[in-house]
Amino acid sequence: MSHSNPFSVPTSRRRFLLGAAAVTTGAAAFRFPTPAIAQGAPLKVGFMLPYSGTFAKLGKFVDDGFRLNVERQGGSLGGRRIEFVQVDDESKPESATDNMNRLVGREKVDLVVGTVHSGVAMAMVKVARDTNTPLIIPNAGVNEATGPMCAPHIFRTSFSNWQVCQPMGKVMFDEGRRNAVTITWRYAAGAQMVDAFKEGFTRAGGAIVEDLALPFPEVEFQALITRIATLKPDSVFAFFAGGGAVKFVKDYAAAGLNRTIPLYGAGFLTDGTLPAQGADANGIKTTLHYADNLDNPANRAFLEAFKAKTGQDGDIYAVQGWDAAALLAEGLKATKGDWSARTQATAAMRAARIDSPRGPLSFNRAGNPVQNVYLREVRNGRNELVSIAGQAVDDPARGCRIQA
Amino acid sequence: MDAITFAVQLLNGVQYGLVLFLVASGLTLVFGILGVINLAHGAFYMLGAYLAWAISAYTGSFALAIVGSLVISFLLGIALEEIFVKRMIGRDHLAQVLLSFGLILVIDEVRQIVFGKDVHSVMPPEWLRGSIQLTEVLSYPVYRLALCVACLVLAAVIFYVIQKTRLGMVIRAGAENRDMTRALGIPFDVVNRYVFAGGIALAALGGSLVAPVSTVFPGMGDGMLILSFVVVVLGGIGSVAGAAIGALLIGLTDTFGKVFFPQISSILIYVLMAGVLLWRPNGLLGKA
Repeated sequence: MSHSNPFSVPTSRRRFLLGAAAVTTGAAAFRFPTPAIAQGAPLKVGFMLPYSGTFAKLGKFVDDGFRLNVERQGGSLGGRRIEFVQVDDESKPESATDNMNRLVGREKVDLVVGTVHSGVAMAMVKVARDTNTPLIIPNAGVNEATGPMCAPHIFRTSFSNWQVCQPMGKVMFDEGRRNAVTITWRYAAGAQMVDAFKEGFTRAGGAIVEDLALPFPEVEFQALITRIATLKPDSVFAFFAGGGAVKFVKDYAAAGLNRTIPLYGAGFLTDGTLPAQGADANGIKTTLHYADNLDNPANRAFLEAFKAKTGQDGDIYAVQGWDAAALLAEGLKATKGDWSARTQATAAMRAARIDSPRGPLSFNRAGNPVQNVYLREVRNGRNELVSIAGQAVDDPARGCRIQA
Repeated sequence: MDAITFAVQLLNGVQYGLVLFLVASGLTLVFGILGVINLAHGAFYMLGAYLAWAISAYTGSFALAIVGSLVISFLLGIALEEIFVKRMIGRDHLAQVLLSFGLILVIDEVRQIVFGKDVHSVMPPEWLRGSIQLTEVLSYPVYRLALCVACLVLAAVIFYVIQKTRLGMVIRAGAENRDMTRALGIPFDVVNRYVFAGGIALAALGGSLVAPVSTVFPGMGDGMLILSFVVVVLGGIGSVAGAAIGALLIGLTDTFGKVFFPQISSILIYVLMAGVLLWRPNGLLGKA
């Protein structure tokens, strides 16, 4: 029993550290050359993010959000000074393992924060497991990262693909939609998002008319949009992102379908894409773990600080970076800045309750955030909050063998 | 599927094919006449779209955007031919591939510096907005119809130039037998320059015309480049008529593939290409 006592190890470790501290203090007094002790040296945080390529802006916002949080606490988290090492992952899965090994092996970082692209994130998860390196994923939504690949030292401050789409099913049914056509790119993220939506929609009582998909990243939607008009469903659920999302929304409107068949989707359909979509996006309803006009003290303070620092409007990516720092702070607070007491630190992070700009944030056994999922509607170029689509939505973490 | 939706899908396929033809015709000309493989063709397609966006955002005129994009890319084509491409004529394909791949990287970097990496949309002129109601739920965007007409007109111009003009005669002769044409004293260097610049301009024109329906984004030329090569190989290298047939075949195959065989739609055009090449190894209208 005493072995499983979560406090037994740290107590002895703390005693050891006290001893070590005493020795080093003594050594310092005699001016012996001594290696820096854990607490004195800054904690090395490795950022593995896309600083170039399609996702560069997202990576920059994650980075800015994290650093802003650290700055606001005087350059330290939980009393421990933080030092950064950056690696540009370029959103390339093929170089992900090398990049990760560089951070862990050569740079000897204490913790890695990354990344945006799901394929890169999966490679990072594998290395993090093999080398026992703590990892906080500030964006990628691939279900497996906090599913079959979960580990006690792996966290995510973003979302799982399942989490942001499953609540949409009930929302649409409650709005009177009885059947739906789904459309997405034929790749992992698309399939996971659409499957989650279908799970929610059919459980609520809705029926799927047809699943449409086209190869990633093709943007010639016209044939499928004509197909939707032929099928005449009473709603459409779509997942696209970036340039594809812009084109899909514009094509959908150009075919006149936005007037007859309401369009719903995962938040990425209208997040960061609204300026290019213009009026064609008006009325589209999406679910995500953030909304542009979320009104809570943490969000107001965050948006103000982010604007002051970067001159830009904070968004969900910046929030996810900010929360990654907040989560790490919880771990360092619990051990008074001692990262060598890793088990205790990660346990504290699992138990963390963070007052996030996105609302209350806690974590499940798999390290995936438990958070509100919001229903937003596009009005005048903003993803405005309509309601809470799901309160404290918890990803089922299918395949994760960590017990609560 | 009722007759009207079938007709609309047919229209979708033809419209897509016409755009493919416009872009691929430039590629096949440069390939057929200069013997140069230009991997940067898709990059010029993207550049054309970005130029159209920038000009229309600055001047508010769609016509100016199209003309400006065409003129700028044509001049750029002349400059690039003078500086780089003419040195590549007659060199082995590896050198050409390396050069044009380098051009892709440079164009992409310049695009990022000048235009940034955001996604943009271009508004068509007022009178081409809106759509025509076809059935109770389905309407067809006016701009897509206009795009079909524009592509048909351009195709007619391309065929006229090649079949009826002196320049066209020289181009055809050059494609048929380069050495003999040169031996007859035709100023082939000049012809090469205009063919290359014209090819680039057609790619850019395609990009700028498609911009209102496709949005403008980094990497938009990648898929177009691959499809253009499929069209060129399918139709027969250097044959503009072959490119027209190939482009329409691919447009229709892609459209009906997506509707009727969604699971294998992504490979259908390659299956088509493989089938045609087994039957006619030099493409539909390729020289033996």
